[in-house]
Amino acid sequence: MSKSVLKALAATTLSGALAGVIATPLMAQTYNLGRAALPAEIAAWDIAVEPDGTGLPEGSGDVYDGEELWVESCASCHGDFGEGAGAFPVIAGGEGTLTDRRPVKTVGSYWPYLSTVWDYVHRSMPFGNAQILSADETYAITAYILYSNGLVDDDFVLSRDNFLDVEMPNADGFYIDDRIDSEVPQFSAEPCMSDCGEAVHITRRATDLQSTPEGAVTVFALDRQPEAPAEGTDDAAMTDEPMAEDVAAEPETPALDPALVAAGEGLWRQCRSCHTVDNGGRNGTGPNLFGVVDRAAGAVEGFRYSNPMQEVAAEGLVWTHEELDAFLADPRGYMRGTRMSFRGLRDEADRAAMIAYLQSFAE
Amino acid sequence: MTDTSDDDQQQTTGTSRRGFLRTAGLAAGGAVVGAATANAQEADPLITEMQDWASATGEGVDAAPYGMPIRFETDTVRRTVPWLTADPISSINFTPIHALDGTITPQGCAFERHHSGAIELSKSDYRLMITGLVDRPLVFTYDDLMRFPRENHVYFCECAANSGMEWAGAQLNGAQFTHGMIHNMEYTGIPLRVLLEEAGVQPEGQWVFVEGADASSNGRSIPLEKAMDDVLVAFAANGEALRKEHGYPVRLVVPGWEGNMWVKWIRRIGVNHSAVEAREETSKYTDLMPDGRARKWTWEMDAKSVITSPSPQMPITHGAGPLVITGLAWSGRGAIDRVDISLDGGVNWQTARLGTQGGKYALSRFYLEIEWDGSPLLLQSRAMDDTGYVQPTKDELRDIRGLNSVYHNNGIQTWAVYENGAVENVEVST
Repeated sequence: MSKSVLKALAATTLSGALAGVIATPLMAQTYNLGRAALPAEIAAWDIAVEPDGTGLPEGSGDVYDGEELWVESCASCHGDFGEGAGAFPVIAGGEGTLTDRRPVKTVGSYWPYLSTVWDYVHRSMPFGNAQILSADETYAITAYILYSNGLVDDDFVLSRDNFLDVEMPNADGFYIDDRIDSEVPQFSAEPCMSDCGEAVHITRRATDLQSTPEGAVTVFALDRQPEAPAEGTDDAAMTDEPMAEDVAAEPETPALDPALVAAGEGLWRQCRSCHTVDNGGRNGTGPNLFGVVDRAAGAVEGFRYSNPMQEVAAEGLVWTHEELDAFLADPRGYMRGTRMSFRGLRDEADRAAMIAYLQSFAE
Repeated sequence: MTDTSDDDQQQTTGTSRRGFLRTAGLAAGGAVVGAATANAQEADPLITEMQDWASATGEGVDAAPYGMPIRFETDTVRRTVPWLTADPISSINFTPIHALDGTITPQGCAFERHHSGAIELSKSDYRLMITGLVDRPLVFTYDDLMRFPRENHVYFCECAANSGMEWAGAQLNGAQFTHGMIHNMEYTGIPLRVLLEEAGVQPEGQWVFVEGADASSNGRSIPLEKAMDDVLVAFAANGEALRKEHGYPVRLVVPGWEGNMWVKWIRRIGVNHSAVEAREETSKYTDLMPDGRARKWTWEMDAKSVITSPSPQMPITHGAGPLVITGLAWSGRGAIDRVDISLDGGVNWQTARLGTQGGKYALSRFYLEIEWDGSPLLLQSRAMDDTGYVQPTKDELRDIRGLNSVYHNNGIQTWAVYENGAVENVEVST
């Protein structure tokens, strides 16, 4: 029965018989559909945890137990120390990077509320096997995440009682959307229709990046005749505000750019769970990489290389900048059968930074 | 268009796109006369010779109880960008907006975004629970929902990250990839207000927290004012049941607001005093600003437009002469009032014709017919909504937001059209 009918009936003087038909209280305009949710049903589905701790169950867990659970259920995607694997999210680190060109947004550097960590781990993780963690296990993993971010000591025990005592570094880092004041007035002027400034020229081309999936764009488009550069098309305007995606900063000279090395250090987090880079560092899942640039491939003593790596080593492959760049761009595409289960660095600038970082560790 | 079956067809008929391209390339020297006005030298065998389809019979009815597009339409498919995400289970693909016309997006090619994959949930297994600060916590079955009054509305759904890969500069070649995290459907659903009134929201209830039945839950907080305004609990799109990948059997529709809030497989609506600040509204879907702080609760999708043809995937294959420029425009703050088009990278503008003027929070289709002289163009479109908001340039946005805000990039798109008809995603000086 529609609302308007109910309203019309309500406005009419109802006979007793008709009022009996309409059992619904008319004031509330309800339809008497559905049924009461039972306490057990509400408990099963109403599991949200709010910033003030509402919804947190009794329980506790410590860093030590959290680490065991982490290695078992989380590390394959997020790395042993929360450094992230492949393109899966980085959980730890990133402090002070939020104004960098490549900010690293982690629980420690970005997330404003600890409740969000608990809620998300409890309801959505582990990926592919969600909603299996007990309250104690969730407290333990949350404690380990805090530890891996350097926010608590290794003897820390997290519980409902001390949950709100944990200070999140970026708790004050958010403000409510202000576009209506900070943008909308500026973008609400009557627009210019003619002679709106100087003639323009092309400053950037997507084709140069080659990041569009193959097959999506016609051969015709890719075969375009490059135009002679228009006046001023020297990208000079772009150099004072480099946009990282296509910064082809291939160093011509051995002198290392400190900024590039620093950028590489940031990227190194993806590698460090398998590789060391210091002089005399141990071999892990992957070989120690001290001095790898311009060194023969497969040359670290005591490391058992994959067959294809041994083959290219026998053929005399040297890890020049170019070869490393190609390998890092697509490890498994470059070397079929490599044991390095790393997705690669798609971005040329990232690869340049990584190679610069590796170069900084040499005799 | 590189599909082999299509090529087979083209070889038979001699009218392949490549054929056109070759012709256009050969004629590039001084072809000023449009192909359409050229006089035929030889009779067209498609006309003079009897074709199979004009003699033999075609397929009978019921050859396909539920039909798919004809096999030649191989370009009208969703595509993904593999390097964007770690795993296709938690990923996104793109609507082929370059290959569509009109305003309604067919469900079968409307973009998908999953956080833990598209689940299979039957109507008979479906339950919707309303809990929290309500007088009567309730459980509804799908059949229960079918007994509430319904409404029909056309709305666009745009991912907050649409065009997000373009913040640092032109990156992906194709309107599908730069602007394809959007679709526009006619939804049938129950106003969320009706269900909340059924449960009786208590005065302290200021927010709803909506969650899906999938492993991600994808919980989002929505202020009660919006929940009681135009949010729909929808079960049909474009006249038929939702597709699995769009939340079958029931999803939330949050008109004008970012797609992440349109929770699929919706299973619980909690009425709360405050926002839950879940993962998808803190760690993600917040907009990092140059000072290292971040905007949160950036819900509205600002006015935006894109030319869908010509575009990198839709080059000009017919040479100089009459050219149809067309595209889409939308606003999460209202309806589209006007779209302007520039052929010279934003120096001069002319107002396009709205072929379909969409309503509030719906796509509008625009057209501009020009006589192309074969010279290079820098195509742009600029949307204006009925609040007076004018779509800004990308650089105007960057001046305010820097390069790291990921979401809500509604800057003006530039397509470079070259003399040979090829089109490329570019940025221009301002």
